[in-house]
Amino acid sequence: MRSVAVVGASLAGLSAARALRAQGYDGRLVIVGEETHRPYDRPPLSKEFLSGRTAESELLLEADGEDLGAQWLLGARAVGLDRADRAVRLADGRTVRADGIVLATGAAARTLQGGHGLGGVHVLRTLDDARALRADLARGGQLVVIGGGFIGAEVASTAHELGLDVTVVEAAPTPLAGPLGTAMGELVSALHADHGVRLLCGVGVQALSGSRGRVTAVLLEDGRSLPADTVVAGVGARPCVEWLEGSGVALDNGVRCDAAGATNIPGVVAVGDCAAWYDPAVGAHRRVEHWTGARERPAAAVTALLSGGAAVPEPPRPPYFWSDQYGVRIQFAGHAAGADSVTIEEGAADDRSFLAVYRQADRPVAVLGVNRTRPFMRWRRQLAAPAGQRIGAP
Amino acid sequence: MMIPACPLADLPRGEAFRLQTDPPVAVFHTEDGEVYAIDDTCTHQDASLADGWLEGCEVECPLHASKFDLRTGGVDAPPARLSVRTHQVLVEDGMIYVKLSDAPPNLPPSCAAARLGGIAATGGVA
Repeated sequence: MRSVAVVGASLAGLSAARALRAQGYDGRLVIVGEETHRPYDRPPLSKEFLSGRTAESELLLEADGEDLGAQWLLGARAVGLDRADRAVRLADGRTVRADGIVLATGAAARTLQGGHGLGGVHVLRTLDDARALRADLARGGQLVVIGGGFIGAEVASTAHELGLDVTVVEAAPTPLAGPLGTAMGELVSALHADHGVRLLCGVGVQALSGSRGRVTAVLLEDGRSLPADTVVAGVGARPCVEWLEGSGVALDNGVRCDAAGATNIPGVVAVGDCAAWYDPAVGAHRRVEHWTGARERPAAAVTALLSGGAAVPEPPRPPYFWSDQYGVRIQFAGHAAGADSVTIEEGAADDRSFLAVYRQADRPVAVLGVNRTRPFMRWRRQLAAPAGQRIGAP
Repeated sequence: MMIPACPLADLPRGEAFRLQTDPPVAVFHTEDGEVYAIDDTCTHQDASLADGWLEGCEVECPLHASKFDLRTGGVDAPPARLSVRTHQVLVEDGMIYVKLSDAPPNLPPSCAAARLGGIAATGGVA
């Protein structure tokens, strides 16, 4: 393999480029990025960067002086892939041909229907999004967050810290029920009320109203109207794979991959938020939209790419993510979906400091830590151990 | 100055010990039997590396998964960008001693804030 193109220049793309060099690949390396920025860290965008405690320069993911020997094409959007000659077409008319291709185009924030064009209405995914939201939050006033997921909750927490009056609206009966299950979703989202942030559940958004081009209120389906100076929609993300439609790369809520990131096209692998890897633990393809997946999994995909699929990389660790809200550290590892029980094994929910274990037929499948960093790590390691080596408690 | 940390027998392989100096120091006993000491606080955000995931000569921060090389203190994986200090270790008569580095520590920006404001550093909610 003498040339590799990495399409996507965020954490997954950068991690793939680093893995290529670390695994001895010394050929031509082209990194294509839609944004104009060098790779930056996204988790602080809803937290320390949004609050102003972290500067832009601190978001950079590359080390000082780091040189991957790559050609960077930034501000260049990929619009098509020709599988026959493995060529990536860019929006500006250029074409990048390569022996190997790493797809790492990530995901884009879903937007509200009908929210277009009004000032003060935001999503949060990119550095540019965060800059714009930060400027609006500095105006103070009332913030309505639509969506009680992790992004929405973190924005609510940060805005509360900045002194805004915050309301979170969640269409589902319980926020975070998907990733955490209903019982724990309820406990974690109780943090809002602890800090005087209103949480309205089980009600959808009907429309946004505005005046002179700027949002003034959020109208709910039950008829209520919430005054708003700023609105943030945290309503999920969709994989950025439209550009691959018709290319022959198999798509299924993201790029469909095997358990090491290989696509159905030889010489093409996919990593990060755009990729739906086969997960043997759940017996299905799924996108893992976590920072740690974007950092860890490219090494396996690169191994598969460089070996032509001959090498079998280490299986990925169980999914792990964290969220920091209201000064509380929330950590989760594993899969909550298959669990048939969840029990608090340390601490107490009322203290907002506890460790909960999810089990499927008595087998631990996931763990949630709330301000319990140390025992959480022990459980997380335990979940990652091969099944035969697991014990009941670490 | 050599500071006594703990008896080697009290620190099994694969485990870490936090020395309550200011700033605190983490002493690791690797699976290979080596003992290393580095600053305990992750340079990215206030987290204890002694609570991290030790694998070989590398520790992963328990919060945001930055990785540090125990031998050099260098960053092996982001989001951390600055290295941790390493400290000299001596094992004598079954006791682990640490000689603190003279170099300035790379403490995270959030660390000072957490100390002042009590942000989650002690596991409590205000």
